[in-house]
Amino acid sequence: MKIELKQVTKAFNKQGNAVNDLSLTIQDGEFVALLGPSGCGKSTTMLMLAGIYKPTDGTIYFDNEPINHVEPKDRNIGMVFQSYALYPHMTVLENIMFPLKQMKVPKSERVFRAHAAAEQVQLGHLTARKPSELSGGQQQRVALARAIVKKPRLLLLDEPLSNLDARMKIEMREEIRHLQKEIGITTVMVTHDQEEAMTIADRVAVMKDGSLIQYSTPMDLYNKATNLFVAQFIGTPPMNFISGDLMKLGESYTFQENQQSRLIGIRPYDLKLGNQGNVIMNATVSLVEPLGHSNLVSARIGDKLVRFFADASYRADRGTPIVCSADLQKIAVFDKSTGQSIDTEHCIKEAFAV
Amino acid sequence: MGKPNVVVSAKKNTGNSNPNRIVGFLQKWGLPAVLLGPFLILITIFFIAPVVLIVILAFTNMDSSMVWDLNGLLNFKKMASDPNLSEIMLNTVFYVTLTLSLNIFLGLSLALLTTYFIKQESVGLIIRTIWMLPRISPPVVYILLWLWFFDPSEYGVLNSLRMIFDMPPANFLADQPMTAIVLANGLIGASYGMIIFSAAIKSIPGDLFMAARVDGAAERSIIFDIIIPAVKWPLMFVTLWQLLSLLTSYEYILLLTKGGPLFETEVLALYSYHKAFQSFEYGYGSAVALVLVVIALICTFIFWRIFGMDKMIKSSRIE
Ligand SMILES: Nc1ncnc2c1ncn2[C@@H]1O[C@H](COP(=O)(O)OP(=O)(O)O)[C@@H](O)[C@H]1O
Ligand SMILES: [Mg+2]
Repeated sequence: MKIELKQVTKAFNKQGNAVNDLSLTIQDGEFVALLGPSGCGKSTTMLMLAGIYKPTDGTIYFDNEPINHVEPKDRNIGMVFQSYALYPHMTVLENIMFPLKQMKVPKSERVFRAHAAAEQVQLGHLTARKPSELSGGQQQRVALARAIVKKPRLLLLDEPLSNLDARMKIEMREEIRHLQKEIGITTVMVTHDQEEAMTIADRVAVMKDGSLIQYSTPMDLYNKATNLFVAQFIGTPPMNFISGDLMKLGESYTFQENQQSRLIGIRPYDLKLGNQGNVIMNATVSLVEPLGHSNLVSARIGDKLVRFFADASYRADRGTPIVCSADLQKIAVFDKSTGQSIDTEHCIKEAFAV
Repeated sequence: MGKPNVVVSAKKNTGNSNPNRIVGFLQKWGLPAVLLGPFLILITIFFIAPVVLIVILAFTNMDSSMVWDLNGLLNFKKMASDPNLSEIMLNTVFYVTLTLSLNIFLGLSLALLTTYFIKQESVGLIIRTIWMLPRISPPVVYILLWLWFFDPSEYGVLNSLRMIFDMPPANFLADQPMTAIVLANGLIGASYGMIIFSAAIKSIPGDLFMAARVDGAAERSIIFDIIIPAVKWPLMFVTLWQLLSLLTSYEYILLLTKGGPLFETEVLALYSYHKAFQSFEYGYGSAVALVLVVIALICTFIFWRIFGMDKMIKSSRIE
C-alpha cells in the first residue's frame, strides 16, 4: 500500500508541535525507517499512521484515500510497540489470535493462522506460554507475529529492537528484513539507532524536532547529507568537522582554519595519513587506539579533534606532527548558520578570492 | 532478632543454677515480649475475645439479668423452630446478593467511566470525589437524606418527582423496603470498589489500549478482553470483602427501616442485634451471630479455594 503524508502537523499543546509540517511518500512494499533522536516525534508520526492520534493539520492518504478520520480498527494495520504491549493474561497463541478474533475469523481458522504466524517467527513451540514466561527476544517475536497475522496492509514497528541485547538486535534485524521481503508488506520502522536504520531500510527519513530533515536512501544519507544534522547523526565513528576554508595550491588544496567560516566535514574513512589525497592538512596526534584490524587515530587539525584510521602497525606519540589528506569529492561543506550543505567547488572559488 | 538471643541464653544456661535460668529466660523472651506484648493484648481483647465470647454466650441463656447459665444446644433448637428465621435467612440472601451485585457493578462502571471513558483526569477525580462524599459523612446523615427522598408525604423527593408525571404519592419504604435498603447500601458501597478498580485500571500500561485498538478491538472488546482480566484480582478481593461486610453490617437497615415493616428487611446481623439489645436475649442473639460467623467463614473458604484467592496473596500481579 502506498502511503502519503501531506503537511501533517500534530500539536499536543500550545507550546509547540510534536510533528511539524511533515510530507512524506512511502511506496508500496517499501521499508522506511523513521530516524531521529528521542523526542523528535517519531512515535507520534507512527501513531498518526495507526490512527491512535488524529493529525492537527494536514492529510494522510492510504492508496490515495484520505484516512484522517478512519478508526484504527478499520485501517487494517499491524503494529509492534516498543514495550511489545502483549496482553499479559493471554497465552502466546491467544495474543496472536486476538486480531483475528476481532475480525470474526472462525475459531478453527484463527488457530491455524496463529500457529502459522508463530512458526514464521520461530515460536511454534512456545504458543502455550504466557508472555511473562518469555525472554525479551521471544516477546518481541510474539508482538511481531501478532502484528502480521491478519496480513495487514501496513506494518508499523516502533523501536522494535531497542530492548534487545546487541547480538539479538542484529539477529532480529535480519529476520524482520527477511520477513518483510517475504510478505512484501509496506513497513515503517521507528528507530533512534542510525546503524539500524541504515542497514534495514530502503529509505530513511531523518527527523529532528518534529520536522523532516532528509528523506533518502541510506547511501545518499551517508554520502550526500543535505544538512549538518544528518551528517553528524549518520555514520560511526561520526563525521569529522573542521572550521575553515580551502585554498587552491596548484593541483591540490590546503586547509586554513577560520572560526567564522564554513564547516568542512570529512568521514573518518575518507581521511588518510599521508598526502595521497588532494586536500592536504597538517595535524598533531593526540591518541592512537588499537582496534585490532587497524588503529583509530585522534588528531588535532587546528582547534578541532578529528578521527581517522591508520594501519594496525602505525605508532605515534602524542604531539607528533603529521600530514593527512582526503579527496576533494569526498568532502562535504556546510553553512554554519543554516546547517545546509554547500557545493564544495563553489566554496573553494570564494576562498581563493579572499 | 531471635537468633542472637538464643545464643546468649545457651551460654547462660550452661551454669544450670536457678537464678541463671531466670536471667536466661528474661534475656531470651524479654525483648520479644515488650515488642509483641501490646499487639498481642490488643488482638486478644478486640479480635479473639469477641469470638470466644460469642461462642460461649451462644450456649447460654444469658438475658437482661446477666446470669450465665449453660443451656447446651437450646438456643440452636430454638432457632430451628423460630418462625421468623427462614424469612430472615431469605432476606439476608436477597439483601447480600442484590446489594453486592449493585455494589460491584456500580463500582466497576464508575471506575471505567472515570478512568477509561473520561480521558480528562480532573473530571474523573471530581466524579470519584463526589461519590466518596457519603462515605465520609455520618451514616445518620446519609440515611436521613434517603428518608427524605422516600418520604411518604407529597414533599418527599420521590413523590415530588412522581407528581411531575401525575402519579399519586407512594409510600415506597413500606411498599418496597428491600429495594430501598439495597439502593441505599449499594450506592454508598460502590465507592469502595470504584477506588480500587480505578487504581487497577490506571495501572494498565497505555500501550495495551493502543495495541488493542490497532488490533481491531472495539470498546466492548477492550473492556472485556483487556480491562476486566486486568482487574480480575481486585474484583475478587472487593467482592469477598464487600460480601463479608454486607453479611455482618446492619446499621443502614436499622436506620432506614429498622428491619421492617414486620420482618421484611430483617437480616441475620440485624436480628442478632435486635435479639441481644432489644429483647435482651444475649444468649440467643449470640447464637444467631455464631451462625453468621460460620456462614462468613464458609463464604471465605469457598472464595479462597474455588476462585484461587490464595494465588493472589502469594504473588504480586504486576506484570
Ligand atoms: N500523548 C502526548 N501528550 C503530550 N505530549 C506528547 C504526547 N506524546 C508525545 N508527546 C510529546 O511529543 C514529542 C514527541 O514525542 P514522541 O513522538 O514520542 O518522540 P519519539 O518517539 O521520537 O521519541 C515529545 O516532546 C513528547 O513529549
Ligand atoms: Mg518513541
